[in-house]
Amino acid sequence: MGALANQLPIGLSIAAVLLLIALGLTFTFGQMGVINMAHGEFIMAGAYTAYLLQGLTSQSFLIALPVAFAVAGAMGLLLEWALIRRFYGRPLDTLLLTWGVSLVLQQLARDLFGAPNVQVTAPGWLVGGVDVLGVRLPHNRVFIIALAVLCVVGVWLYLTRLPAGRRMRAVVQNRELAAYSGIATGRVDRFTFLLGSGLAGVAGVALTLVGPVGPSLGTFYIVDAFLVVVAGGLGQLRGAVLAAVALGFLNGYLEFWTDASLAKVLVFVAIVAFLQVRPQGMFVVKGRALV
Amino acid sequence: MRSRTPRPRTFQRGLLALLLPALLATACVDEPGGAAGASGDEIKVGILHSLSGTMAISEVTVRDAELLAIEEINAKGGVLGKKVVPVTEDGASDWPTFAEKAQKLISQDKVATVFGGWTSASRKAMLPVFERNKALLWYPVQYEGLESSPYIFYTGATTNQQIVPALDYLASQGKKKMFLVGSDYVFPRTANKIIKAYAAAKGIEVLGEEYTPLGHTEYSTLVNKIADAKPDAVFNTLNGDSNVAFFKQLRGSGITPQTTPVVSVSVAEEEVKGIGPENVAGHLVAWNYYQTTTTPANDAFVKAFKAKYGADKVTSDPMEAGYNAVHLWAEAVKKAGTTEVEAVRKAAGGITIEAPEGTTTIDGENQHVAKTARIGLVQADGQIKEVWSSPGPIKPDPYLKSYDWAGGLG
Repeated sequence: MGALANQLPIGLSIAAVLLLIALGLTFTFGQMGVINMAHGEFIMAGAYTAYLLQGLTSQSFLIALPVAFAVAGAMGLLLEWALIRRFYGRPLDTLLLTWGVSLVLQQLARDLFGAPNVQVTAPGWLVGGVDVLGVRLPHNRVFIIALAVLCVVGVWLYLTRLPAGRRMRAVVQNRELAAYSGIATGRVDRFTFLLGSGLAGVAGVALTLVGPVGPSLGTFYIVDAFLVVVAGGLGQLRGAVLAAVALGFLNGYLEFWTDASLAKVLVFVAIVAFLQVRPQGMFVVKGRALV
Repeated sequence: MRSRTPRPRTFQRGLLALLLPALLATACVDEPGGAAGASGDEIKVGILHSLSGTMAISEVTVRDAELLAIEEINAKGGVLGKKVVPVTEDGASDWPTFAEKAQKLISQDKVATVFGGWTSASRKAMLPVFERNKALLWYPVQYEGLESSPYIFYTGATTNQQIVPALDYLASQGKKKMFLVGSDYVFPRTANKIIKAYAAAKGIEVLGEEYTPLGHTEYSTLVNKIADAKPDAVFNTLNGDSNVAFFKQLRGSGITPQTTPVVSVSVAEEEVKGIGPENVAGHLVAWNYYQTTTTPANDAFVKAFKAKYGADKVTSDPMEAGYNAVHLWAEAVKKAGTTEVEAVRKAAGGITIEAPEGTTTIDGENQHVAKTARIGLVQADGQIKEVWSSPGPIKPDPYLKSYDWAGGLG
């Protein structure tokens, strides 16, 4: 019985990881409809940023968070400006395109840093753990949960309180009308992509605490990231949060009762079944576009 | 959604272009092996490892060691007066690709032999290709045993040279309750079958047996299960990147090497570096070779490897087994006087080299090699300290015929 309760904080920490990797995707995929297969490689870029910065100062891990945001954001911006904007409205082409980009980026990482994993040493204050509900939750998990909450609050404030966020929502809801109202939709698109990719970079830094740091890092997380966004409903922040929490607990408990392989299958089955009932996901953005 | 009528046709044409090389490759299947790689003053050999994907972390280093061995052989005048030329292919961590690339090396490049593979899944995918073409594969990684193909030489450990000695060691340390953790494919599942047979015979309790998909990175639930079961030791057969996630998430969970040591059979120096030595220090590993193994051949090997690839590089067991494979093959070819496969196979039995791990001899009967078993303790600097070794090289026994508790296996 104790172990069953133990799974509560574990489910929460799985949810936090899912939320971090999917948060950026709620922008690029959810809001803009771009199936960005290179999202995982932006996560990888964030992880390698943490690797490159470590040892520079005593707080380089914290410094890596904004730097990774900038690095991954810049990569996203470049990708949008150079390629993706020429492919809007052609989802399948974009999918192939970004998949190709993801392969190029993986090989680039392999050439720059070598194929073997590299090591990011966690700062001293992230080593050890605390007891929550009778389960020992490592400090790095607590940090990831806190970071996920922080990112969600930041994104929510941005979308609801800032003019730039309002413009973004306007473009998502009705692109033509937004354009006629004087919003530079091209610039908004570029900025949305920067934000989404930057958040992937932040996730990458956090993931160095719990996972491998290597050229194929992105491939481990990309499917989960899409699952969260699809199950949550495209373009919806609260959808992504709810889906991440639901999938986190589902994963945690199913794996506890069965095993990791079977849990993965059951989670897929659950999502497929859910999407049969609600193809639009948990929440839908109320678009006013004339489709 | 706007529709674009021409696209489906271009798509089909693209698909055809993608499939055509594969079709051509299969069309060549039944061509005979021919001159077996020796043409003019060169001998071509194939090197087939995953240079991309989840297994690249491990396999790239084996390729490096094999290329070093080829370089050394060429520096000494080559084999039969001919230069050995490597043809490298990428198995891409994808088992059908391994089979396809093996076929390509055999029928298109006409290599004399192939050094390659890491996961058992890749070996099982390549096995029928080599048997059908009567071509040779040298497989350099410890594996689950219960196999002995006439066209494969196994230079890594089989179970009685790695897993069984590790279990003996744990039993001698008074470990009575074990938890089994592995990746979900053929090696861990077969290894655990052997471990369970051993445990049943020796009165060891197996508290849990858990598998995770290759590339799995979320281990908090599994760690919770281990903490709940409270075993004396964890036997770890995870492979690839999962080890990084497992050890990072194990640390800080309250499970320490002092209370519950983890014994890994797929974590060597290279993996320790990627996991972070501080996350795995104090845990045990079972292999036949460590960078710290003291033999004259190893001093030379480590020195040559660092000189070629950089001073920060480490050497590990599978790398050493790959390096040995090339040298063993060269000796067998010299003895046979030809690269012709059947002659090399016949000549290989009894070939001995002074390898970095010590004396290594090919067993002519099952085409494995006799190896010394070693248990090591991971140090804080990432190196592995030997804490136990078998008195001498152990004769390979892939079907565990000489162990009475293993009767039901195989």
